[in-house]
Amino acid sequence: MKILVPIKRVVDYNVKVRPKADESGVDLNNVKMAINPFCEIAVEEAVRLKEGGTATEIIAVTVGSSASQEQLRTALALGADRAILVETDIEVEPLAIAKLLKGVVEKESPDLVILGKQAIDGDNNQTSQMLAALTGFAQATFASELKIEGAKAVVTREVDGGLQTISVNLPCIVSTDLRLNEPRYASLPNIMKSKQKPLDIIEAGSLGVDIEPRNKTLKVSPPPVREAGIIVETVDDLVDKLKNEAKVIT
Amino acid sequence: MSILVIAEHDNVEIKASTNNVVTAATNLEGDIHVLVAGSNCSGAKDQAAKIYGVAKVLVADSPEYEHCLAENIADLIVAISADYSHILSPATTNGKNYMPRVSALLDVAQISDITAIESSDTFERPIYAGNCIATVQNSDSKKVITVRTTAFDAAQNDGSAEIVDLQESHNLGISEFIKEEIAESDRPELTSADVIISGGRGMQNGDNFKILESVADKLGAAIGASRAAVDSGFVPNDYQVGQTGKIVAPDLYIAVGISGAIQHLAGMKDSKVIVAINKDEDAPIFQVADYGLVADLFTAVPELDAKL
Repeated sequence: MKILVPIKRVVDYNVKVRPKADESGVDLNNVKMAINPFCEIAVEEAVRLKEGGTATEIIAVTVGSSASQEQLRTALALGADRAILVETDIEVEPLAIAKLLKGVVEKESPDLVILGKQAIDGDNNQTSQMLAALTGFAQATFASELKIEGAKAVVTREVDGGLQTISVNLPCIVSTDLRLNEPRYASLPNIMKSKQKPLDIIEAGSLGVDIEPRNKTLKVSPPPVREAGIIVETVDDLVDKLKNEAKVIT
Repeated sequence: MSILVIAEHDNVEIKASTNNVVTAATNLEGDIHVLVAGSNCSGAKDQAAKIYGVAKVLVADSPEYEHCLAENIADLIVAISADYSHILSPATTNGKNYMPRVSALLDVAQISDITAIESSDTFERPIYAGNCIATVQNSDSKKVITVRTTAFDAAQNDGSAEIVDLQESHNLGISEFIKEEIAESDRPELTSADVIISGGRGMQNGDNFKILESVADKLGAAIGASRAAVDSGFVPNDYQVGQTGKIVAPDLYIAVGISGAIQHLAGMKDSKVIVAINKDEDAPIFQVADYGLVADLFTAVPELDAKL
């Protein structure tokens, strides 16, 4: 079984980002970049399927600028066999990314595509479902457990009230939720080895799809500021304030 | 052109998130139609017809829609999409599952998790865990939108819409429902509760959540948790409030033993009144709390319980 793992380069999750002073966008000067946490979970799941004998090859792919090679190397160090960069300097939206990934799916014919449910920059949560729509594959989103059973994937999904288990035909698209697994750290020898693994670059234009943005960001502003309140000294004070000042309990 | 709202329901009842989306839709121009796709869903259908502001309820009642499988629901929505300028759903796990599939099939972008509507093509939405609010203008002919339900009040249930039965069958046959484990609880649901009490890593273990339960019972509150508490295995994932969990905005949110990581604040900082109980006076949660109590939760929470 061949697994394709699309990943994304994003601002490290520990960084608190702010809008630029002129509100023209997000201030990303000199911030630390990393592989999106949900994508790391996707890589880990693919590696476990390979270690368990289900998968034979793992291909990591990303859409972005040349700098994204750094995150592909991370995926290679974590256990992907080879990597593909679909290179573009346009700020691509999920629909465009899904169209480009469809092009890669057509070239590589994977049996399974695993990707993160959302990237922590745009918080869109769209790419996997869009890729499923464009390829005509079934989708199993927000996965907390994944089992391959013959020509099907049995996936337990995190849904609002609890868990839902579905069975989908392969090939399919799976998007990862937080509890699917706990990703490993790349070991130093594996980081060294990853530098020798193949990384191909495809020009986004060569895939012949429309990747022009449909959304225009008019401004990016800070959220309404919540003023810190007061520190109460005792539980009695707290109950009194909630009853008589905030009037939220009776 | 009209506006299509996709109902969130469990076949028997309409979920309040549908009412929030109808309110959002009233900010746009056009009749509001609600699609109820389910199986044996007459209960949900009748409730949908009562939501104030809805002109028409479209019902697709067929076994393939029973469990809201994205492949079948998306095909159904696309099949009836021609007359609509805007298609909206709540940003629930169902909406997040089928709506991007709808937009890709229609070859339009999706605008996720909107918190305000400026005009028919311009919307506000939080990005970077709510640390920035983007104002986005979309150029597609049809707008596919998921709505952050906490940003819009729920429409009242005193309307009477026309009901139309659809004869639409869409079963792709590539996915199949196996089972569902939905937590049974007498408490309100997190996303619609007026009061929430949440525990974090400071709770130390799952058993200790019992001390929150007693307070929750007295306040009619739902119980939530931070990602740290979920990751530590104290409580199931459906308790999680935060960027990747549930987004809530109750009248009263009580954070117990929660430090206040950015990812947690993203899920609760629009609550009307926030109370924080934490023994670490430097915990960032105090920066958003209306009332902070610096105390050991294991003495403060039982004391609070006794005084309610």
